[in-house]
Amino acid sequence: MLKLVRAIISRDLRLAMRRRADIVSALFFFIIVVSLFPLGVGPEPELLRKLAPGVLWVAALLATMLSLPRLFADDHRDGTLEQLALAPQPLGLIVLGKVLAHWLVSGLPLALLAPVLGLQFDLSTDALWVLTCSLLIGTPALSGIGAIGAALTLGVRGGGVLLSLLVLPLYIPVLIFGAGAVDATVTGLGAQAHLSLLGALTLAGVFFAPWPTAAALRIALE
Amino acid sequence: MLEVSNLECVRGERRLFAGVGFRLDAGEMLYLQGANGSGKTSLLRMLCSLSPAQEGEIRWRGESIGKLGEDYRRELCHLGHHNAIKEELTPLENLRTSARLADEALDEGTALDALEQLGLAGREDLPCRYLSQGQKRRVALARLVNERRALWVLDEPYVALDSSAIERVAGLIGAHLQRGGLAVLTTHQAVAVAAGKVRELVLAPDGQA
Repeated sequence: MLKLVRAIISRDLRLAMRRRADIVSALFFFIIVVSLFPLGVGPEPELLRKLAPGVLWVAALLATMLSLPRLFADDHRDGTLEQLALAPQPLGLIVLGKVLAHWLVSGLPLALLAPVLGLQFDLSTDALWVLTCSLLIGTPALSGIGAIGAALTLGVRGGGVLLSLLVLPLYIPVLIFGAGAVDATVTGLGAQAHLSLLGALTLAGVFFAPWPTAAALRIALE
Repeated sequence: MLEVSNLECVRGERRLFAGVGFRLDAGEMLYLQGANGSGKTSLLRMLCSLSPAQEGEIRWRGESIGKLGEDYRRELCHLGHHNAIKEELTPLENLRTSARLADEALDEGTALDALEQLGLAGREDLPCRYLSQGQKRRVALARLVNERRALWVLDEPYVALDSSAIERVAGLIGAHLQRGGLAVLTTHQAVAVAAGKVRELVLAPDGQA
């Protein structure tokens, strides 16, 4: 079972490496959206520090959304999704592998990039540290929940917009606890409670989402 | 081993076929024929359990394939309209990846040998998007060289192939039948397969069957 998940991850990573433009464009989107805020709002450190957690997290959600439509669409178009559905293992495991691979190429780089961008908002070292942690803990949930939406809108024309409408509301809890963790650090309350809840969301998202996703994929393949 | 009885397929308002039934035993092959749009691909997808049958039953070794689930898929090899190869990967990587996902071990030498048999020697390290349509089909078909699963379901395997490649693929299918395998395939080209008993099934529009 683990072998299958590993095989899927290594396949998807290899494909992502051959198509680096996709990863890089999502990252640049993140960088630009986040950088526009200090320019638009003006150089008031107090205000920027207040805005920072929300802005960084919302930008991370949107950057994750960018790569979601292609999560299954490419495999669907060239017929490999059919082959995956016919593999003698549960389709949910294959989805789990794809979700983890998606996180490695979308969520992980965002989390690693965030502290650098956070400097623009005059965040303290503690806050930057918690920001990175919250993104590391929270972004896998984004990939997991997003996979459900990507599977449900597979093969739908104009599915990209529908996918955002479907998935963004489901991201709200992750956003609240993710941004809340950084906010709590800035105001000196301590981020532990928020991070624990974020961890719970991620565990639930990553390990329960693959099964409804697999069911949606089977319907899309019919 | 494979029994199909009273199968019906409805697409939207149209009934494509009804009352389709056949039986296939070890070493036998079924040629599925019919005009464009008569439901050949739909029937193959039902055989693969990719789409459910509205009516009728498909049994493998006496048991319904819906109940068998993974045990049935373990004995099934399907090649559809699409080649199911990744354009970014090389033929060699494609072959080895699909073997790994099907939980089979395929070492590099065997994979290279399979590609060579399909006439792809010298192309094994070229990303598939640089290959021609026929070469891509050959990459997809190279899977069959080391395929030992019992039931092959092939949708238009000869499309885009030249005559020497068609011959080679027919040889692969013949060898599979000789090993006691089963094959179901659709094709518009009559190609003689050397071994095994060949059955034919013609899908005619509803009411004329």
